[in-house]
Amino acid sequence: MWSLYGKMQVSCSSLKLILYYNFMDTISIKIDNKNFQVEKGTTILDAAKSVGINIPTLCYMHLHDLNTTHNPTGCRICVVEVVGRKNLALACATECLPGMEIKNQTIRVLNSRKTILELILSDHPTDCLICAKNGDCDLQSMAQQMGIREIHYKGEQSHYIKDTSPAIKRDMDKCIGCRRCLTMCNDVQTVGALSAINRGFMSVVAPAFQMNLEDSVCTYCGQCVAVCPTAALTEVDHTNLVIRALADPTKTVVVQTAPAVRVALGEEFGYEPGTIVTGKMTAALKDMGFDYVFDTDFAADLTIMEEATELLDRLTRYINGDTTVKLPLLTSCCPACVNFFEHQFPEMKDIPSTARSPQQMFGAIAKTYFADKLGIKRENMVVVSIMPCLAKKYECSRDEFKTNGNPDVDYVLSTRELSRLIKQASIDFDSLIPLEFDHPMGESSGAGVIFGTTGGVIEAAVRTAYETFTKQKLDKVDFKQLRGMDWIRESTIDFNGTPIKIGIAHGLGNARKLLQEIREGKSQYHAIEIMACPGGCIGGGGQPLHHGDSNILLARQKALYAADKAKVIRKSHENPSIQKLYTEFLERPMSEKAHQLLHTHYFDRSTHVEITKD
Amino acid sequence: MMTICESNVAKIEAICKEYNCDKGELINVLHQTQNTFGYLPEDVQEIIAENLQTSLAQVYGVVSFYSFFTMIPKGKHPVNICKGTACYVRGAEKIIDEFKTLLDINIGETTADEKFSLSSLRCIGACGLAPVVLIGDKVYGRVTLDSVKEILDEYQ
Repeated sequence: MWSLYGKMQVSCSSLKLILYYNFMDTISIKIDNKNFQVEKGTTILDAAKSVGINIPTLCYMHLHDLNTTHNPTGCRICVVEVVGRKNLALACATECLPGMEIKNQTIRVLNSRKTILELILSDHPTDCLICAKNGDCDLQSMAQQMGIREIHYKGEQSHYIKDTSPAIKRDMDKCIGCRRCLTMCNDVQTVGALSAINRGFMSVVAPAFQMNLEDSVCTYCGQCVAVCPTAALTEVDHTNLVIRALADPTKTVVVQTAPAVRVALGEEFGYEPGTIVTGKMTAALKDMGFDYVFDTDFAADLTIMEEATELLDRLTRYINGDTTVKLPLLTSCCPACVNFFEHQFPEMKDIPSTARSPQQMFGAIAKTYFADKLGIKRENMVVVSIMPCLAKKYECSRDEFKTNGNPDVDYVLSTRELSRLIKQASIDFDSLIPLEFDHPMGESSGAGVIFGTTGGVIEAAVRTAYETFTKQKLDKVDFKQLRGMDWIRESTIDFNGTPIKIGIAHGLGNARKLLQEIREGKSQYHAIEIMACPGGCIGGGGQPLHHGDSNILLARQKALYAADKAKVIRKSHENPSIQKLYTEFLERPMSEKAHQLLHTHYFDRSTHVEITKD
Repeated sequence: MMTICESNVAKIEAICKEYNCDKGELINVLHQTQNTFGYLPEDVQEIIAENLQTSLAQVYGVVSFYSFFTMIPKGKHPVNICKGTACYVRGAEKIIDEFKTLLDINIGETTADEKFSLSSLRCIGACGLAPVVLIGDKVYGRVTLDSVKEILDEYQ
């Protein structure tokens, strides 16, 4: 009793201490004649936000869960009046001081913001009606919010050559110089494809020597596109190509949908983040005339069959003393990661699994096994992927994934493009009655669906590798130690006496750290999973924009684990359609046929300079 | 595919090492490299990026930002025309035009025979002599339109 009393006293005094501490750490300011207590050391912008006052911004970007603040003070839209100061202050870069009096709504402030915006607009095309970002553009919304009806300033306009790569389109005429893309490309992803070049009016964001994105070190992760406020950076749009294929009576159009799409697509139709809309998505695709609606999760199960077999093969050889074995095995599902190590870690190109990504395995099987079943030629089949990713557009265009010039996967639509296509087709998403995927390539296990989140691929691989290696059934298929959102995670899984060390990283900046540690011999793993985008595919460059809010990513992640849990079959090797595919067609994992259709090789794309003898 | 010879790579590596391969020293490394080679071609920038562990785009960003850095080899006699305030008001623009016409090149370019290159700069501190033209290290003051040809003839 006394000890409890003591504890209560301690907690009471620490509460007082916290209150006192808090009191010491807040200051009084006035915004538009109202008094507020705000945290000491915050900017006017953050302080205003904390008390529910919105100050407009364009270039500023705070991705709080990526620990990234992008604050170049470039656009000047956030100007406010500070009483006692002659000039207007930038809210994003001015620290609140005790007693500061801020005016956010004076005629001077509003007119200045309008002038600034008009000056930005004077060097911006006004083709909003036919722009890819129409309705989803920060600049357009700002012009709308400020009631711009006329641009009083006429001056020179920038004109740059439009650069189209297989995945990302650059139209620098539409760049407003916010440089958010640079923060994503250089600081978060550490890819270094883009930089600000030249100076003054000629200043523009471009790859080195203004080369095309395709010739640069760009991985097509699409994180720049995800933060671009205008249509300066957009995805290469495949929607019209898909519509044309659907309208062609000679083509059988097959569609596959990636795991991360089903937990994000709903957001584009007003559903809460993390709402699982698999059935509605399938129904929408059927309505639009796709002949077969299949699931990439099926191919994810197939990937696990091959990847886990490869992992066990390398592990067994390693345990038996083969020193030539390359470990760790790196999962190879993420095409942006493949680009990343081909450009920046080419000496490690032996460590990734040779297994193709689920998208490409799906295409290869659809245009052989399934086309044979239908009795049609591969030329008459069109394979469309719905992906949360922009790099997948590039991946399907790689020469290794073509037969006589005909690609295994023809077109890739991002989650955003699919939502636009559904709207274009006047489908009322809300009233759709959920449908099941078609067979046989629509059947999947829970292991397949978690491919969409960081840690998911490796967990799926562990479920199968454990049972194959130990020849024992898993008591519990959930490997919680592999889950979470920490940037770099590691865990050791006990394979019945053999400890298997696993590393996980998401976001290319973190992948770089992990790969560097492995290269320098500081970390030793048996298997690692890296995903280019923060959160894995749920945070992909083709997903509905999350604006750095990790609550959205967490909701999508939770939904994927729920979808896994809801499945009767949760291990890839127990998927009956996969078992049948091996018996009827592929024989066994890593067979000659599997090698031909399901495996690939990687290239050294590291440098453009050849060093010659004197 | 660009090519660069071993000995040039060694020179660049030596410069980078002098600055501890610190990417914060990029501007200094670029200065010294330009002093060595006369200009900063693409292959040179690539080797610098590799050595300083920074991106090629970043290196090019800096090279393209500062007018002092050039990716085009300078001529044997680099012509620099001052466009500082004093020179500007005393007709530097017309002097530039005359050089452009006589050499048949634009600012930032080099003649086909690699003899002359043309650039402008801001104030060399000889405002009393405005307008001022520098050829190599030699300063020409109170330059008139008529004297441009005479000046160039000195180097023919």
